[in-house]
Amino acid sequence: MALLHRHVAVQAADFDLSREAGLLAQACDQVGAVVSFTGHVRAWGEGSVALELEHYPGMTERSIGAMMDAVAERFGLIGVRVVHRVGLLPVGQQIVLVAVAARHRHAAFQGCECLMDWLKTQAPFWKKEVTTQGGQWVDARVQDDDALARWGLAGIQTNLSPDTAG
Amino acid sequence: MRVTVRYFARVRERLGPEQTCEWGADAPRTVGELWAWLQARSPAHAEALAEGQGLRTALDQALCDTDEPLHDGAEVAFFPPVTGG
Repeated sequence: MALLHRHVAVQAADFDLSREAGLLAQACDQVGAVVSFTGHVRAWGEGSVALELEHYPGMTERSIGAMMDAVAERFGLIGVRVVHRVGLLPVGQQIVLVAVAARHRHAAFQGCECLMDWLKTQAPFWKKEVTTQGGQWVDARVQDDDALARWGLAGIQTNLSPDTAG
Repeated sequence: MRVTVRYFARVRERLGPEQTCEWGADAPRTVGELWAWLQARSPAHAEALAEGQGLRTALDQALCDTDEPLHDGAEVAFFPPVTGG
């Protein structure tokens, strides 16, 4: 089944999960399963205030679009919607939505998780933790590359330097 | 040859969002050579673009390796490992 419905947005504004899932459910009459993941800003310690999200305009949308197409083809998804927020997001706010539609639940569960794992390690976003004391950039986690490897996909957070120039 | 260099996250905080580089002769041929050239610009560049931080590179808004060849009008970005989601 071809990908009939495809949407990617990088925005400061919040999103409405039920609206997003509803749009996917209505993509066509073959949709039997909609699975979504919503990420929220979690308090990470004393004085947690917000996350500040930076991105690479243009590259972000293109790279997410390419991931969506690859995951849709692999799992036979009918629809995919990704919304990623940027800017200053206080604790408790929604950050990211990955929602997918498929004919059956297994493809939808797997497609949603695979796309989220991929997005986490490859889409050009950077998080800064803002506390009452100031801000600090979040370090990438090797576990996120491990999560991607489960799908047979290579992580890109490897250490490169000018020394490796061929 | 002219190349636009863009920086993000902690690299941007040190060096600003972007800079334009122009060469007559002796232009860097690859992203890796550009990286080394930029490191030699100032102590701030050397520190912000130092090896060992896992910095990533993109050419024309696609992730690339350091041996990727440069071209006139290229957009090259340097940034830390990504932490979205």
